[in-house]
Amino acid sequence: MLQFLQLVASGIAQGCIYGLIALGFVLIYKATEAVSFAQGDLMMLGGFIGLATTVVMGMPFWIAFIATLIVMLLVGMLLERAVLRPLLGHPSFTVVMVTIGIGFLSRGLVTMIPFWGTETHVLPVPYRDEIVRVGGKDGLIMSMEHIVVIAVTALLMAALYLLFKHTKIGIAMKATSQNQLAAFYMGIPVRRINMLVWGIAAAVAACAGLLLAPITFVHANMGFVGLKAFPAAVIGGFGSIPGALVGGLIIGVVEMLSGFYLPEGFKDIAAYVVVLIMLAVKPTGLFGENLSKRV
Amino acid sequence: MRFLFKTDYQRDIRLFKHGGQMFWYSALALALIAAPWLLSSYWVSQFIFIWIYAIVSVGLMLLVGFTGQVSIGHAAFLAMGAYTEGYLYSLGWPFALSLTFAALIAGITGIIVGLPALRVKGMYLAIATLAFGFIVEEGVTRADGITGGNSGMMVGSLQVFGLPIDSEQRMYYLCLFILALVVLGVMNLLRSPTGRAFVAIRDSEISAQSMGINLAYYKTTAFALSAAITGIAGALYAHKLRFLSPEQFTFLQSIELLIILVVGGIGSIYGAIFGAAFWIVVQQLIVIAKDWLPPAIGQQTGLQPTIFGLILIAFILFEPMGLYGRWLKIRTYFQLFPFYRKGMFRRQKSYMKSERLK
Amino acid sequence: MKPLLTANHLSIQFGGLKAVSDVSFEVWPNEVFSLIGPNGAGKTTIFNMISGHYRPSDGFVTFEGEKISHLPPYEIARLGIARTFQNIELFEHATVLQNLLVGRHCHRHTNWLQDLLFTPATRRAELQFRRTVEEVIEFLELQHYRDSMVAGLPYGVRKVVELGRALAMRPKLLLLDEPSSGLNVEETEDMGFWIEDIKNDLGVTVIMVEHDMGLVSRVSDRVLALNQGEELALGSAAEVQSHPAVVEAYLGGADV
Repeated sequence: MLQFLQLVASGIAQGCIYGLIALGFVLIYKATEAVSFAQGDLMMLGGFIGLATTVVMGMPFWIAFIATLIVMLLVGMLLERAVLRPLLGHPSFTVVMVTIGIGFLSRGLVTMIPFWGTETHVLPVPYRDEIVRVGGKDGLIMSMEHIVVIAVTALLMAALYLLFKHTKIGIAMKATSQNQLAAFYMGIPVRRINMLVWGIAAAVAACAGLLLAPITFVHANMGFVGLKAFPAAVIGGFGSIPGALVGGLIIGVVEMLSGFYLPEGFKDIAAYVVVLIMLAVKPTGLFGENLSKRV
Repeated sequence: MRFLFKTDYQRDIRLFKHGGQMFWYSALALALIAAPWLLSSYWVSQFIFIWIYAIVSVGLMLLVGFTGQVSIGHAAFLAMGAYTEGYLYSLGWPFALSLTFAALIAGITGIIVGLPALRVKGMYLAIATLAFGFIVEEGVTRADGITGGNSGMMVGSLQVFGLPIDSEQRMYYLCLFILALVVLGVMNLLRSPTGRAFVAIRDSEISAQSMGINLAYYKTTAFALSAAITGIAGALYAHKLRFLSPEQFTFLQSIELLIILVVGGIGSIYGAIFGAAFWIVVQQLIVIAKDWLPPAIGQQTGLQPTIFGLILIAFILFEPMGLYGRWLKIRTYFQLFPFYRKGMFRRQKSYMKSERLK
Repeated sequence: MKPLLTANHLSIQFGGLKAVSDVSFEVWPNEVFSLIGPNGAGKTTIFNMISGHYRPSDGFVTFEGEKISHLPPYEIARLGIARTFQNIELFEHATVLQNLLVGRHCHRHTNWLQDLLFTPATRRAELQFRRTVEEVIEFLELQHYRDSMVAGLPYGVRKVVELGRALAMRPKLLLLDEPSSGLNVEETEDMGFWIEDIKNDLGVTVIMVEHDMGLVSRVSDRVLALNQGEELALGSAAEVQSHPAVVEAYLGGADV
């Protein structure tokens, strides 16, 4: 039983990472209806920038954390301005391919950094190797890394939820996602909003990267974890922020459990099997919207 | 500038629209047939890859470009075709039979993968195909009784109707021949009701239904045909490489296939072939360039993804119609000289409207 | 003579909104039957129920005596019911000719394999389709646009292409959804002539949703007025237009 709970706990932590990356997609999708395959690689970039700020520049960890988020915010905004804005009005397939291109480019450039790119690095975090016992001496062991992941994710989710529900910017983002032209007419600075959304999504990805770094270490192929976030977003319902997190948690837990209880190889495809089941049962996902065209 | 006066309906449905087209394509055919005698063995080998990738691209184009269904797990069909061929051939089956079965098995896989397409569209379908891609890849690795799993599978040397295909030249002709058949088949589809039904589904599912098109049937057919064609390419791929392992059929491979489509130009068969040719040539150029560039850049493992990423982004930003689009523009320029207007091919820039409500 | 199409106590509900409640009518062969009413009256919704895109919550539709409400849209099309759409649903990246050729889809008898190999059967079918479609092109005077991509065509032409595509099906019943919306005076006149020709020369029954009262009066045999999903009046165009309930629905009640 304890083993089971242990697995669930790790699954929740892993699921939070998936959820955060999925959150990035969903943010972009909600605002611009584009799907970004670059989130995983932006996460990797975030990890490397975190590395640069802590190891190379010697900043204390939490300052480096904030610094990384700010840098990635700018990177996201820059990407939107340079690459995505010219594609306004193009079909969504084109935008997806561009984000794939961005992913390739990021991976390639990072790998080309002399001495660093091809190595695996350890991110020095202050809470390394600490553990916490839940429920007394024989209770659940949770590593501090996992707890930090869960805590930060919860905070971020709350912040974003409030943003979309109660601030003008959040409502403006929802408006632009449904009809850009109408949003323009209403005086919403659509291009600036889009830029901001991409920036936030990049920052969220960077956050995921920094949280993931102590668990998987920082290396150029870190971004492939991001692929599993897609099933997470679909399970939760593309376009739903809480859905992204719930989807991530479901996948994280299912993965951990199947890694232990099922034969080898199932762990890798668990996420994909779950998403196929979800598409068969409820195609719009758990919290997804049921939209159809009026003719 | 050529003006076509059509005097009967036959001219409308012909594959070659006019004498000039027939002339140039015949010239091209002659050049391609003569090529193995004029090029070095290395380049003939590269051409074989171009033909194989072209077959895959045509298959993928049928699904993505003409029927509008997304597929980011297409490498799965390549894998099914390749492994089926390798396995059946090792059992002693004649090539004609094993090739047919490879296409069949890949086609059936296509039907299964296409099942989500009957209920979901767009992004959801893309993720479903992605999921299938991973599952097939894992399945192939686990079924090591048949496929050899991670240690891979050796594929016997090819014999077609008793004739051993033991030289690059013979393989070249075989692949070129099969490519020609595939292209002919797809072009036939496109000028017939089935192909029009595909295009109708791509452009407006609702009115396609009102025209009597059974969406489920045609989407399934599109997936099956696309997968079968890719399976045929897979079988040829197996015999070209002589060795198969699951790493050759990953998600990255599926993405590369999509990049080929985008670079070549979506929505035309020419695009598929141009894209495949470009892709193989670019990889060779990178190999050659590596010797020229200073070691700091040239020896990097990161060079390939960087260049691929740059090419993809550059094409989307500057030439969204792909290589074929660029070719069309150049040709139109010369045809209309000096009346070519700069804005002729410009896209109507429209504002994004929610595609969820499509 | 039996009615071609009947609607029997049709109702449909979307969530809490009853878009159409208890609407019944009959359409006789070779007549032009119009549905009029203010926006939101449920006219297009009724069309969607007839063509199979919506399933009624209550009631049913019969065509040539058989119930069709449970059939999917493509089967209803094959029975001989064609429709046009309010917001044009053409195949944008195909030529006008290809759009019209899709209209012949119901009449195909070759399967995908024959198409793949382009057998003589397919070839003959293609030529036959081409001939039939050419007749439609001549009827609607679309020769000029035959090989143009739909995406670049002016609005008036696209409406005609939409009509042509439906006619290419050689339907028994044609559902026209706001055929004159967005057209100028001349184009509307042309549309009126075509609808008359469709009824008289081609022998097709037409059900039309329309706002342009001039057009309605000109071509309709009978008119059904709707408001907020309910029937208001049924009769000839003149009768319905002067019916007090209809006047109130359009212009509002008189304040005393």
